[in-house]
Amino acid sequence: MSRTRTPVVTGWFVGDGAEFRLLGTRCSACGSVFFPREDTCCRDPGCRGGDLAEVPLSRRGRVWSYTDSRYRPPSPYVTDPELPWEPCALIAVELESERIVVLGQAVPGITVADLTVGMEMEVVPGVLHEDAETTWTTWRWRPTGVE
Amino acid sequence: MAADGGGVMTGEVAVLGAGMHPWGKWGRSFVEYGVRAARAALADAGVDWRDVGSIVGADTVRGGYPGYVAGATFARALGWQGARVASVYAACASGAQAIDAARAQILAGLAEVVLVVGADAAPKGFFRPAGGDRPDDPDWLRFRVLGATNPTYFGLYARRRMAVHGDTPQDFALVKVKNAAMGALNPNARYRKRVTAEEVAASAVVADPLRLLDICATSDGGAALVLSSMEFARRHGTAEPVRIRAVSTVTPRYPRTVLDLPDIATDSAAGAEPPGETFRASIARAAYEEAGIGPEDLSLAEVYDLSTALELEWYEDLGLCGEGEAAKLLREGVTAPGGRIPVNPSGGLASFGEAVPAQAIAQVCEATWQLRGRAGDRQIPDARVAVTANQGLFGHGSAVVAVR
Repeated sequence: MSRTRTPVVTGWFVGDGAEFRLLGTRCSACGSVFFPREDTCCRDPGCRGGDLAEVPLSRRGRVWSYTDSRYRPPSPYVTDPELPWEPCALIAVELESERIVVLGQAVPGITVADLTVGMEMEVVPGVLHEDAETTWTTWRWRPTGVE
Repeated sequence: MAADGGGVMTGEVAVLGAGMHPWGKWGRSFVEYGVRAARAALADAGVDWRDVGSIVGADTVRGGYPGYVAGATFARALGWQGARVASVYAACASGAQAIDAARAQILAGLAEVVLVVGADAAPKGFFRPAGGDRPDDPDWLRFRVLGATNPTYFGLYARRRMAVHGDTPQDFALVKVKNAAMGALNPNARYRKRVTAEEVAASAVVADPLRLLDICATSDGGAALVLSSMEFARRHGTAEPVRIRAVSTVTPRYPRTVLDLPDIATDSAAGAEPPGETFRASIARAAYEEAGIGPEDLSLAEVYDLSTALELEWYEDLGLCGEGEAAKLLREGVTAPGGRIPVNPSGGLASFGEAVPAQAIAQVCEATWQLRGRAGDRQIPDARVAVTANQGLFGHGSAVVAVR
């Protein structure tokens, strides 16, 4: 039986392969960008409040900082308790045009030893975990030039 | 008048009593810790519980319903006596909010004597969000989507300091060495053993670059204060009480450009220029302005060292030194006992671990004992002005200025 591919959160990203993009919203009045998406009101207190339109975020940015989880995170993070925990790198990436920092997991195989602050990264589709019926998809950061 | 929640000189309130239940992993109810701390504070104040006009509880999210109505829970356990009641929640800043609520009641003339209590019974291991599927809750989402525990955020800040300011893991370890030496002298601390830099370096990495001994534990504990009007203190025969001169409970300004718990992203600065100071620096500034003092007036500071690297951030946010100069300040011994501005003479969270709603109250307990000259082996000579600083999840500032 094939699993259904389902985003871990609805409406935060779209597309496959090189077309994969994080999705935010942008205020038509002040230009503020929101990720995770803000669909109610612009949160700039100095803005009269414009329409919030969905907008794809830049695919590339630079490392603001990074760390990792050496110990298994608690629920609701889903892991297989039967398997040993593999440390997972977390990367905060600054997107230049949006002037925003977005946290994400690194692609598998990238550890903190591979990272430096300022390094260029790109967003790629990834799998968070799988269960019997569903492949839960997410976004991941990958150093540019790495396939 | 700027809408920054600060800048207004307010009246002072007296700290009549301070009390704590020792921090640890005792395995009992938060109610017991809170009640013992409250009784200790009442005894210290020489005030009968039945003469307290109002009780403010700092909530815990880990104690079920009684934790959400902490004020009433403690009032019932102390014995119903008809006092006005309030319960407040602001994550790590809950204690400061409770102090602020009590102060506001006193200054408004709603109550003369207010008991402030916070206590927690912490889980083993990482803090985790409340149960259930809640995809509209940022605190749930960061665990569900990223597995981003609190220490991973501390790791991000530490690495950023290393990249921007050239701090080293050895600098971070020296914070632990300093705080553990003070905690060893504090009977209310959970960890009462001196620690060497080698021991820090030999402990396991939890969230690179931070190791187990760089990160504060989660603890059980309780802290309480008896606050009153200055007029009541005089009638009570307390001629020169420690006074709370400022309580800063400010929120951030948009756009906030430093990634903060529990967020997955910062605000965008594409539409509005960021403010000239960070959120943490604004917490301190509001407290200084309200108290009419500056960092040069401080005798000591109690700051929220959730990690060793975060203590260094606070040096800069409190204006004890310029940006990027904190590690130098530490290495020169300026923030150690005997230095110009000792930081965390209590031993800090490094020695206590965090008992969330009690912690900001515990900071003020230490400030009170220091300002009274009753801090025993930890005493900072001739302490006159103390600041406490802390920041709660979801944008809660917390700083208190106490003077003698």
